[in-house]
Amino acid sequence: MPRRTALRFLVGTIIGSVASLLYPVLRYLVPPPEAGMSANEALAARIDELKPNSGKTFRFGSRPALLVRLASGEYRSTSAVCTHLGCTVQYKPETSQIWCACHNGCYDLNGKNVSGPPPRALDTYEVNVRGQEIYVIRKQAA
Amino acid sequence: MNATARVQTWIDERLNLEEALSPLREKTVPVHRYSSWYFLGGLTLFLFGVQLLTGVLLLLYYHPSAGEAYESVQNITNRVQFGWLIRSLHSWSANLMVFCAFAHMFSVALARAYRKPRELTWISGVVLLFLVLGFGFSGYLLPWNTRAYFATKVGTEVAGQLPVLGHAMMVFMRGGEDVSGATLTRFFGLHIAILPALTIGMVLAHLMLVQKFGTSVPVSVENEWEEHPERRKEMRFFPNFFLRELLGWYAALGLLIVLAVFFPWELGVKADPFSPAPPGIKPEWYFLAQFQTLKLVPAHILFLDGEVLGILGFGLGGALWLALPFIEVLAGTRRIRWVKVGIIFVMVYLTAMSVIGYVSR
Repeated sequence: MPRRTALRFLVGTIIGSVASLLYPVLRYLVPPPEAGMSANEALAARIDELKPNSGKTFRFGSRPALLVRLASGEYRSTSAVCTHLGCTVQYKPETSQIWCACHNGCYDLNGKNVSGPPPRALDTYEVNVRGQEIYVIRKQAA
Repeated sequence: MNATARVQTWIDERLNLEEALSPLREKTVPVHRYSSWYFLGGLTLFLFGVQLLTGVLLLLYYHPSAGEAYESVQNITNRVQFGWLIRSLHSWSANLMVFCAFAHMFSVALARAYRKPRELTWISGVVLLFLVLGFGFSGYLLPWNTRAYFATKVGTEVAGQLPVLGHAMMVFMRGGEDVSGATLTRFFGLHIAILPALTIGMVLAHLMLVQKFGTSVPVSVENEWEEHPERRKEMRFFPNFFLRELLGWYAALGLLIVLAVFFPWELGVKADPFSPAPPGIKPEWYFLAQFQTLKLVPAHILFLDGEVLGILGFGLGGALWLALPFIEVLAGTRRIRWVKVGIIFVMVYLTAMSVIGYVSR
């Protein structure tokens, strides 16, 4: 075998083997999917926990969600992840709105973005009262 | 021959240090009315040294996990002897380093020291500033407090808004879909291993380029010296400039100790990923301009989400800033005034937005 061909073969083999090592390293850097990401139901609060015109954040799968008790006593629930840059929103009783403290984004109680930088509405959830406990259920896609 | 001289000769016979150090002995620094700005680069380097030293000391007690990070910083602050001082020195020197790096960069930009043949010195300097900001961003999360948690959530979400690769970048940075213990571990690795390695390499390249091309002189002084060569003044780097620089470092150390002792860095409240962001939450001062801009950008501009446009704007701004020496060449001598106006606009914009971000509720 001519020396030039042998050298090319050697260089090609080295590049190929280094590249084949690179693939598992790159795959290693990508985190595995998390368990519990897609929970469809969560216990949000106990019935005596929330006063009228107040709210609380709770864990829904791996993300925070918001449960609001309106002045009328009715419950509403939305995702608590702001659609702007992902901060956790809260209920603001003075304005009866959902508010993000990070960039001053506001949503109404149906989760619709009404002022500030959020570009989209919050996801909304169904609220189900079972005995003394309030459960929040992810809405099924139609 | 005394013992010191004998050791010096022994080393020199083997490593030939005399020859290696001779360019440094011949190095000079121009002396003119703007010479004091030359100290900022060295001051930034000194503060980086303080960062390395105090950072290594903090590593002795810090635990990089979501369950233990906050408590370990609490332990450093409250129980370890002088732990509060080491932590405070680390935090204050980080802030002073960012300030000096910005001041150094703007003084270089205003003096147009990036002109040929110093384009690569400018690029390495801007990359160093980005690395310093990376240190600030990654280190901020490590105490795992509320402010740090939401700053990281917003900061990584910003990366996630970029088209095409944005989401993959965000997941890579966070170690998952959300900011969690995995994010803390990644940021810790970045903060104590990857960024220091990159920064030390880039600092060496920057210093080598400064050594190769010498210290730049502002255009007005250069013109004056060409007209009146007798006014040209220089001082030797060793020992004249270096001793002055050392005095500056000593003064910076004094300021650092005063700040660390009288304004110790607060730890705040432990992060709770399922609590709402507290009212009045803001990032560190060096990210305030971006924070305030994103607050003011409307939800939609034409067919694009406002925040995507804002983030793309920052990216474009950073790229243009990096390419400043080449933009000046493209602009030509007739439009050079507009480049200067652009530099001043960037400075005024960043300062104004930071002040508005700081005072706004």
